[in-house]
Amino acid sequence: MLCQECGKKQATLHFTKILNGEKTEFHICETCAREKGELIPGTPNGFSIHNLLSGLLDFEPSAHSTVANKAQPSRCEHCGLTYGQFSKVGRFGCSECYKYFGDKLDPLFKRVHGNTVHIGKVPKRSGGLIKYKREIDQLKKDMLIRIENEEFEQAAQIRDQIRELEKKVAEG
Amino acid sequence: MTEASRFTQHALSEWMKGEGPDSDIVISSRIRLARNIREYPFPMLATNGQSKEVAELAAKVLESEELGTISRFTLLPLADLDELQRRVLVEKHLISPALANESRNGAVILSDNESISIMVNEEDHLRIQCLCPGFQIKEAWDLAGQIDDVFETQLEYAFDEKRGYMTSCPTNVGTGIRASVMIHLPALVLTQQINRILSAITQVGLAVRGLYGEGSEALGNLFQISNQITLGQSEEEIIDNLYSVVRQIIEHERAARQRLIHETRPKILDRVSRSYGILSYAAIMDSKEAAQRLSDVRLGIDLGFIKNVSPHVLNELLVMTQPGFLQQTAGEKLTPEERDIRRAQLIREKISAAG
Ligand SMILES: [Zn+2]
Ligand SMILES: [Zn+2]
Repeated sequence: MLCQECGKKQATLHFTKILNGEKTEFHICETCAREKGELIPGTPNGFSIHNLLSGLLDFEPSAHSTVANKAQPSRCEHCGLTYGQFSKVGRFGCSECYKYFGDKLDPLFKRVHGNTVHIGKVPKRSGGLIKYKREIDQLKKDMLIRIENEEFEQAAQIRDQIRELEKKVAEG
Repeated sequence: MTEASRFTQHALSEWMKGEGPDSDIVISSRIRLARNIREYPFPMLATNGQSKEVAELAAKVLESEELGTISRFTLLPLADLDELQRRVLVEKHLISPALANESRNGAVILSDNESISIMVNEEDHLRIQCLCPGFQIKEAWDLAGQIDDVFETQLEYAFDEKRGYMTSCPTNVGTGIRASVMIHLPALVLTQQINRILSAITQVGLAVRGLYGEGSEALGNLFQISNQITLGQSEEEIIDNLYSVVRQIIEHERAARQRLIHETRPKILDRVSRSYGILSYAAIMDSKEAAQRLSDVRLGIDLGFIKNVSPHVLNELLVMTQPGFLQQTAGEKLTPEERDIRRAQLIREKISAAG
């Protein structure tokens, strides 16, 4: 299939982009991809599908959020990167940036991944508590289903399990 | 022999010699995990001193006993490699072009059989990569997970309850996982079903990339299929999704191959045999033609038309016929014309030695 940007070369990159909840397919050639990839400093040759994806990210803030940005310029106090710089570069400066840019990141993550919250692997050394919290969330859901089904005995058992876990969390 | 040349003198990594499942269609499976160390700015903003410290921290993990039970590893600082050696490692998919060209205090940690490669100070502090022959994406994830666990006990990762593993690029956040398979789809290309399939693949959240040579077209009917989403899905979901989609593509490709044999046997035999003949006798061969002819011969082997060439030789030639490797073998810089002559000669030797 031909590249949808230049219409001349063979498309060799195929992916979708989620924009406002709508999926758009992209089929483009290496040359056009490279041109888009060059929007990202520091990666003139190190072009990859991920560079491309972030190169295509629509970082332009909406009119509404521009006002908000001006009123309260956000800047990572750990590494010094501003939100404006982040939008241009498409890269975080450090892990603290996630904290300083906070909820501003939700729309971006929603656009890129369709999600905002991690549910995968947790490092063991920092993860004990997180694991318990997740288990509790799951058990609470199970308990509600049991109650709806009027399976009260099982619901009570689950309630006890939740109490145990909550004790562990409280103890740290 | 220097430490580095142990990894750059052979085109075929030890792990590639293994016969993986579905290796008539899937060349290799790869998992890459992006990880960062808490407190240190990501490599883009790290000072020279900070990135040096990160490299030292990574090097220290090598001394751990647990890692030793997985394999023996060698640390290669990029500064110790010359331009050609870097290029060869890129052609073997052991490091990225970004690490080769732009990293500060960059290094790579390689296992003896080259199936594990850990990049240090690339876009993220650590990029743990595991490669397996054939269709073994779950096995590759197992291995990458083990390496990850060892590093995690030695280093404090940048991890957040809500966002998961925090990465330099927003496209990697969450699991930090990129799962991909390299897949050979000549029959789907020949029967012109490939566009429909590529379109379908992108619809289910996967990205597809053609393999490149020096030009800009997809070469040799080789495609790399990988996950796009890293946040909001578990590693298992991501891998299961990729697995089941690739499984379906494999079945489509097999069906298309059967159809080719049944409906156009003389035509496909002719095509495969001509490519075999040309590879055996040509004196000049550009990379684009080489990729296409090697694809034909690979198909010929898989269909049982060509019996005296091993698929390993083809895998080896995929890397050996790249510019960096050709120049390393020649021991000098080569013009594109000189490379085409060298490439033809090398293919002749390898193919006839096998025949
Ligand atoms: Zn184009
Ligand atoms: Zn920061």
